[in-house]
Amino acid sequence: MMADGAVLEARVINAWRGDRHVLRDVSFDIAAGDFLKVTGPNGVGKTTLLRVLCGLLPPESGEARWRGRNVAPHDPGFSAELAYLGHANALKADLSARENLAFLVGLRRRLAAPDIDAALERVGIARCGDLPARSLSAGQRRRLTLARLWLTPAVLWILDEPATNLDADGVGLAESLIREHTRRGGLVVAAAHQRLLDDDAATRRLELS
Amino acid sequence: MWTWFHKLSSPPHAYRILGRLAPWFGWPALGLILLGVYWGLVKAPADYQQGEGFRILYVHAPAAWMSMFIYVVMAVAAAIGLIWRMKLAHAAAAACAPVGASFTFLALATGSIWGKPMWGTWWVWDARLTSELILLFLYLGYMALRSSFDDPRRADRASAVLAIVGVINVPIIHYSVEWWTTLHQPASVTRIAKPAIALPMLVPLFIMLAGYQLYFGWLLCRRLQGEILRRERNAGWLQEVA
Amino acid sequence: MTQPAGLLESMRLVVRRELTLAWRRWDEAAQPLLFYLVVTTLFPLATTPDLATLRTVGGGVVWVAALLSSLLALESVFRSDVEDGTMEQWVLSGQPLAWLLLAKVVAHWLLTGLPLVLISPVVGAALGLPVGIWPTLVLSLALGTATLSVLGGIGAALTVGIRRGSVLLSLLVLPLAMPLLIFGARAVSLALGGESATGPLQLLAAIFCLAWSLGPLAMSAAMRVSTEG
Repeated sequence: MMADGAVLEARVINAWRGDRHVLRDVSFDIAAGDFLKVTGPNGVGKTTLLRVLCGLLPPESGEARWRGRNVAPHDPGFSAELAYLGHANALKADLSARENLAFLVGLRRRLAAPDIDAALERVGIARCGDLPARSLSAGQRRRLTLARLWLTPAVLWILDEPATNLDADGVGLAESLIREHTRRGGLVVAAAHQRLLDDDAATRRLELS
Repeated sequence: MWTWFHKLSSPPHAYRILGRLAPWFGWPALGLILLGVYWGLVKAPADYQQGEGFRILYVHAPAAWMSMFIYVVMAVAAAIGLIWRMKLAHAAAAACAPVGASFTFLALATGSIWGKPMWGTWWVWDARLTSELILLFLYLGYMALRSSFDDPRRADRASAVLAIVGVINVPIIHYSVEWWTTLHQPASVTRIAKPAIALPMLVPLFIMLAGYQLYFGWLLCRRLQGEILRRERNAGWLQEVA
Repeated sequence: MTQPAGLLESMRLVVRRELTLAWRRWDEAAQPLLFYLVVTTLFPLATTPDLATLRTVGGGVVWVAALLSSLLALESVFRSDVEDGTMEQWVLSGQPLAWLLLAKVVAHWLLTGLPLVLISPVVGAALGLPVGIWPTLVLSLALGTATLSVLGGIGAALTVGIRRGSVLLSLLVLPLAMPLLIFGARAVSLALGGESATGPLQLLAAIFCLAWSLGPLAMSAAMRVSTEG
């Protein structure tokens, strides 16, 4: 993994949602191996911040920079290294779990059946491979989304409430995925309400208010 | 020079500059329009073919030209706003739309009034009138799209894409409508025959056009000020102004 | 191998996905076609059953009905992807967004535009259009519905997040589609009169090329605005 020079910087980011000044002068720096947990009450702007970091939402002022360059989704250098997990699972209800992975991750990399099997195994839904996504429970769907994350080749992970709808095992799964990724030199920024690697000393925090 | 441009894009400066510019547009506009109306309706010779009725041309033709000119201005402003992220450019595009729509409506109404004594009906599918009608739809669609967004930034960017797509289409629409009206025997379709333009007729036409242009300039200054006030209503600098 | 998919591969993935999804909900996919048939039936009912009279406006009716049916189908072309989060993944996928959206529009035309085009000779016959003009009818509708798919795609990308955006979509797209209607209906009436329709057909082809080359760029700009939320 090309982790050298992998730095995510936020510089005085200001963002508005309609009339509300949601993010005020948010700044931080993280480097390879860091896990940044973004916390704060509902509506404070965690999702907005994550979307600005991905480049989906242009900020009113300030910038987010990856490897020293402004983040831009149409920059293939940036998007090849980013994996984003949003609130929504990005699953098509009529496609099976396998098909969902094949069609979405397939845009990023060559995917063979054994890769998909391994991913489903890793997140604990191996039995659900051929079931349509609509018949999976909310927790299973979230696990499937984590499988997509695991399969996507990326250095920077931006996760919006990764453990939503997950039981205790599922939260543990999310934590172990994050830990593995940071140990490999990747960076993770996650917005989370609940505990996520809270006990881990290496977890950095950003409290929005 | 760029610092001046940069200053212009800051709302409080823009507000002040627009305020100072407006009367320079407004008074000459009023004067020219009054002069043009007097000249066209009273002084200029009657057309030998169409008699007195054609005088409405002096209101109609410049209005039609303005309707298309303003669409182009709107699209250019929107493109500048989209490419260089200038809020003021987006505000200018937003300010142009209702003015352009009004000129289009004026052109349609006066075109219809012009035609009534000639054809006996209030409407014909003449190339110019049909093009203006479609242009009106484009303006109204733009304004409708803008107002469907709650977030002003998204409204700006989405309507900018629409304006650019529209401006590329306008020549295509124009050409296709022209082509469509020439398909049938000329005798069976009535056209707004333009009188042979002689100099005494040209002068009031251009006076009116110049008057409309200045009127547009004045309206744009005022509306842009209004847009700035609306967008910046939570900012501190408003206290000093208001 | 972690190479991102090439352009051809990503087009294949998107088209295959769309066809798979449509196949699983084929009853929904068939609705625009049914609408087309129903709307064309309205015209004889509202005017006259006499085929000779219907023939004079038959080309225009076929065209207007095809436009309205295509628009109906386009209204939801992007909605489910934006709502379930797939579209923002596409924005971040590293593939050119314009290309992915183009692929989606291609699939959409194959599913809705193409059936309309194929059934139009039958519909035309019901309105009194003779067999001899079928090639012109089919070709003009093929070019027209394909161009409309792109124009409608731009409108759909702009209005995808708006409540009750379907009427707004029609308001935005129909004025832009008027040249298509003029040239397409004219091609059919020229063919009816036994004359060559190459003029309008060439104009349709020119608009088609313009739309398919620049349209995806406009779609992608519009889609980026719509996925900000």
